[in-house]
Amino acid sequence: MTGEIGLLALCLALALAIVQTLSGLSGARVAGSLSRGIATSSATGQFVFVALAFGALIYASVTDDFSIANVAENSHTLKPLIYKISGVWGNHEGSMLLWVFVLSVYSAAIAFLKRGSDRLTSAALGVQGLVAVAFIVFILFTSNPFVRLDPAPFEGNGLNPLLQDFGLAVHPPMLYTGYVGLSAAFAYAAAALIVRERDWARAARPFMLAAWIALTLGIALGSWWAYYELGWGGFWFWDPVENASLMPWLVATALLHSALATERTGAFRTWTLLLAIAGFSLSLIGTFLVRSGVLTSVHAFASDPTRGTYILFLIFGAIGGALALFAWRAPSLEEGASFEPVSRETALLLNNVFLTASAATVFVGTLYPLALDTFTGTKISVGPPFYAATFAPFFFAMLILVPFGPRLGWHRGNLRAALRTLYPALGAALLAFALILAFTTPRSLFGAAAFAVAAWLIASSAIDFWTRGWRGASPASVASMLGHAGLAVTLIGIAGTTLWRSEALEVLGPHDSMYVGGYELRLDDVVGVKGPNYDAARAIVTVKRNGETIAVMHPERRVFPAERQETVETAIRTTIFTDLYLALGDRRDATHWILRAYVNPLAPFIWLGGLVMALGGLAALWSRMRKPRAVPDAMAAPAE
Amino acid sequence: MTPKKRRRFAFAAAILLASAGAAALTLYALKDNVLYFYSPSDVAAKHVQPGIAFRIGGLVAMHSVTRGPGADVHFAVSDGKLSVPVIYHGVLPALFREGQGVVALGALEPSGTFRATEVLAKHDERYMPPEVVDALKRSGRWKENQ
Repeated sequence: MTGEIGLLALCLALALAIVQTLSGLSGARVAGSLSRGIATSSATGQFVFVALAFGALIYASVTDDFSIANVAENSHTLKPLIYKISGVWGNHEGSMLLWVFVLSVYSAAIAFLKRGSDRLTSAALGVQGLVAVAFIVFILFTSNPFVRLDPAPFEGNGLNPLLQDFGLAVHPPMLYTGYVGLSAAFAYAAAALIVRERDWARAARPFMLAAWIALTLGIALGSWWAYYELGWGGFWFWDPVENASLMPWLVATALLHSALATERTGAFRTWTLLLAIAGFSLSLIGTFLVRSGVLTSVHAFASDPTRGTYILFLIFGAIGGALALFAWRAPSLEEGASFEPVSRETALLLNNVFLTASAATVFVGTLYPLALDTFTGTKISVGPPFYAATFAPFFFAMLILVPFGPRLGWHRGNLRAALRTLYPALGAALLAFALILAFTTPRSLFGAAAFAVAAWLIASSAIDFWTRGWRGASPASVASMLGHAGLAVTLIGIAGTTLWRSEALEVLGPHDSMYVGGYELRLDDVVGVKGPNYDAARAIVTVKRNGETIAVMHPERRVFPAERQETVETAIRTTIFTDLYLALGDRRDATHWILRAYVNPLAPFIWLGGLVMALGGLAALWSRMRKPRAVPDAMAAPAE
Repeated sequence: MTPKKRRRFAFAAAILLASAGAAALTLYALKDNVLYFYSPSDVAAKHVQPGIAFRIGGLVAMHSVTRGPGADVHFAVSDGKLSVPVIYHGVLPALFREGQGVVALGALEPSGTFRATEVLAKHDERYMPPEVVDALKRSGRWKENQ
C-alpha cells in the first residue's frame, strides 16, 4: 500500500501544482483575490502531498519494503536506521523527490510569509508552481520511485558504502535547500517582471539568504565529507560535481550583494534580476551535470539518457523563458538614483564583477571538457592548475577590496575616511605577511599574501565591531562582519594546508614505525572487527611526539559484503590548529600494511570558516525576520 | 553625459573588462593546464612524449600486478589490443582489481613506463568509468553488460 499512497500523493501534488501555476499567474493580473487564495491554498496542499509521498518512501525504506524497486536496489535489512532514512536521497529517484519536497517547502513559505505585494506573491507562486509541475512530471515519467517489483526480493542490494556516513546523510538536504532556494529568488524575479514590480528584492531577500546559508553549509559539509571519507587528505578536488555547487554559490553571493543595493537605492535593478535568473539556472545545470550521468562521480547515480535529455529541455525552457521575459519587460523597470564613482554601490559593483567573472571561469573549466568530448571526441580534464590560474586571481582581487564596501556610504562615499579606519588592518596585514615570510618554510610569496589578506579581512571586521560596540552593532552589520571574517578563516585553512602539509606513505609490519611532521607512528596491530553491515580491518597505531605517547588511532578498511565494496575509514586527530590524518592502505602480506599519513596544519579552519559565514547569513536573516518591512536601517553608518 | 548614462557606461565597461580578463586567463590556462585522456592504443598511435602529463585508462591487465619494493605497485593498463606498463607509489583504490577498469594520472618515463601519481578505480562493482568504456569500444573489446 505504501507505494500506492506515495504515487497517488505525488499525482495529487502534480494536479495542485498545475492549479497553483494557473491561479498564481492569473492572480498576478486580475485585481480579485479569489485566484490568489486558490494559489495560496494549493501551494499548501502541494506541500502536504509531496511530504506525504516523501514520507511514504522513507516509511518503505525504514520498514524494508523490498517490493518497491527503489528500496530493493538501495537498501538492505542490516543497514543502520539512519542510513535507511538517508539512503532515500542517496539514489536518483529519491533525491529528485527530495528536490521537489524542498521546492514545495519554499512554495508554502512564500504563500505563508506573503512578502511583497499581493500581486507579486501570487505571480511568484505561479512561477514556483510551474517549476514544480516540470519536476513532478520528470519524476512520474522518468524516475518514479514507487515502481513495484514482483516478486519482491528477500533482500535489498544495499547502499553505496561511501554514502553510509553521517556527513553525507545531511549534505544532500542541505545542498538542495540551497539549490532549490534559488528557485524562490528566481520565482520572485520572474514575478517582478510579470507584474512590473520594482521592490521585489526586499520580498525575495529572506529566501535568497536561506538559500545562501544552506548552500554554504552544504558545500562545507560536502568538502568535509570528501576530506575524511575518501582518504586522500584533500578537501576540494575541482571535480565537476563540486563545481556544480560552487557556481550557484558564487552567483548567489553576488546576488545577495547586488540585491542589497537594489533594495536600498534601486541601483542595479535589472542586473539583480539577471543574477536571480542566473543563480537558479546554474542550480538546474548543476542538477543536470550531477543527475544525467555525463560525469564520473559518486553522485552520478543514473545513466539513463532520457533523464538527461528531459533535464536539458527543462534547463533550456527555464533559462530561455526567463531571459525572454527579461528582454521583454526589464527595460520598463527604471533604474534608481545615480551614484558617484566612490560609493558603496561601486564597491558592490566590483564585488559582483569579480564574483561573476570567477563563476565564469569555473563554468568554462567545468563545461569545456564536456563540450570538447561531445563535439570532437577528445577527452581532456582540467584540474587545480587551471583554477589556480583563472579562478584564484579574481577571487583574490575581490578579497582585497572587501573591507572598503561596508565603510563607504551609499550614493557617495569618502575613500580617505574609509582608509583611515583601515590603517590598523593594513598594519595587521603587513605584519602577517612579514611574519609568515620570515618564520615559516617553505618560503612562499603567495602563501604569505594569502595570510596577509586573511589578516586584512579579519582585522577590518574586528575594527568595525570595535567602533560600533556591542550595542551599536546592528544584526545587519554583524552579518557583514561575520560573512567577511568567515571567508578569511576559510582562506587561512586553505593556505595553511596547502603550504605546510606533510605526507608519508610506508609499508609497515608489526611494531614498525614511520615519521611524519614531527610525529612517530607505530603500527601495533591490525585486528578484525565486525560492524553492523561490514567487516573491518582496524589498525592500532600509537602516536608519539618527542618520545611521549599522545594518542592511539584506529584507521580502518571496511568491506561491505552486501554491496561487495570496500571503503577507507580514516582516523583524524585534530587540535583545531592541525590535523593528524591516517588512512590504512592495502594489505601487502599476512602482516604488512600500507599506512598513509598526513599532517594538515590549519585544515579545520576551512570548514570553521564556512560555519562562520553561515552564522553571518543567519544574522542577516534574523535582522530581516525581526523587521519584515525594514525601513532603511543602519546597515553601516555612511562614513561621511 | 548624464549621470545615468555615465553609470551605465561604467557598469558596461567594468563587466567588459572583467570578461575580457576572464577570457584571456581562461584561454591561457586552457592552453597549458589541461590533461588529455589516452587509451593504450592512443599512446602508441600518437607517440606521446615522455614527461607530458596525461590520463590513461583501460582495464588492469590480468596477471600483471606485482607489488614492491616498498609501497610501489607495478601493473599494466590494457584496452584489449595494446597495454602500457604502469608504476605507482601509493595507496591503490579499494576497488583496484585485475580485469577491472582503471584510470591513472601521470606521465611516461623515457623507458615507456607510465609513472602514475594518482590511480582511480571505478566507484562500485556496477560502474565503469565512461572513458574506459569508450576506450574499450574503440578497440572493439567492449561487450555490453560487461
